[in-house]
Amino acid sequence: MKRPDEMRVGRTIEDGILSMLTGRTNEKELIERILGGEKELFHELIRPYERMVYLSCFSILKNATEAEDAAQEAVISAYRHLGSFRGDAKFSTWLVTIAMNQGRMRLRKAKGVMLESIDEVVEGQEGEYTPAPLTDWREIPLEALERKELREALRTAVSELPDIYRQVFALRDLQDMDIQETATALGLSAGVVKVRLHRARIMLQKRLVGYAKTTAPARRGFFRRLLWS
Amino acid sequence: MELNCKHVWAHISEYIDGTVDAKLREEIERHLESCGICSAILDSTRNVLVLMADERTFELPLGYSERLHERLENELNAAAPG
Repeated sequence: MKRPDEMRVGRTIEDGILSMLTGRTNEKELIERILGGEKELFHELIRPYERMVYLSCFSILKNATEAEDAAQEAVISAYRHLGSFRGDAKFSTWLVTIAMNQGRMRLRKAKGVMLESIDEVVEGQEGEYTPAPLTDWREIPLEALERKELREALRTAVSELPDIYRQVFALRDLQDMDIQETATALGLSAGVVKVRLHRARIMLQKRLVGYAKTTAPARRGFFRRLLWS
Repeated sequence: MELNCKHVWAHISEYIDGTVDAKLREEIERHLESCGICSAILDSTRNVLVLMADERTFELPLGYSERLHERLENELNAAAPG
C-alpha cells in the first residue's frame, strides 16, 4: 500500500529517489556552469521552481501583485548570490529561504514597522485545533475546482490561517516539501513544523467542512478509496 | 491500548503523512473501522489537502513566468552571478 503523500504526487518511492538524485546532479552541474560563465543557464535552473518561489512569497504577503514582485526579487537575489550556495541543503530549499526572506522584508516595508519574530506569535488555545466532528461527510471531487467559488473558499481559508501556520502549510502541503526541508527553509525544528502543520490542517478542515456539507454531491468514500486503493 | 477519538485526532496529520509507527497505525485503523466520526474527519482532512494541492486552487498570475524571465534576462545582461 502506498503512503497517501506518495499517491498525491503520483509516483513511486523509487521514481522519486531517482528523479531527486538525477535532479540534484543536474542542478549541481548547472550551477557550476553558471558560475563558470554560462549565465543564461540560470533560466533553466529556476524554471522548475517558479511556482514554489511565488507561493512562498504569497504565503507571507497574501497579495498576488506583491507576491509576484517579491518572487522576481528573490530570483534576482538568488542569481546574485549563487556563489554562496554551498550545496548543504537542496537548491530548492535555499531558494525558498530567499523567497520567504524577500516576502518578510516586503511585508515589513509595507507595514512600516518591524514584525514580531514569527516564533513570538502566541499559538492560541488547544480548542482551536479540534477538528469539526461530522458524520455525513460529502467529498468534493477535483472536478469541482472548475467552480470559482470553491477555489475562492479554499484560498480564503488558507489566507485566514495565522501566519505561522500558513507558512508551514504552504511549504509542506502546497509545495510538497518534506518536513525537514520545511523546517530548514523556515529556520524551525522538525517538531515545531509537525505541530504547526497538524494545527493548520485541522483549522482548514474545520473551516471547509461547512462548505462541503452544503455544496458537494454525495460521494461518500470517494477520496478514501482513491487514496488507499 | 484502546484509542479514543481525541487520541486519533491528535495524530491525524502524521497518520495522513504515513509517519506514525506501525503499532499506533494499527490502533488508529482499528478505531477508524468502528468510528464514523473519525473516519469522516480523516476523509474530510484528506479531501481538503487534495484540493489545496491542485494547481488550479492557487493559480499563478497570468504572464508571471514570462515577466519573471524577462526581468531575469535584464539582470543576466547586467551582471555576473555573485
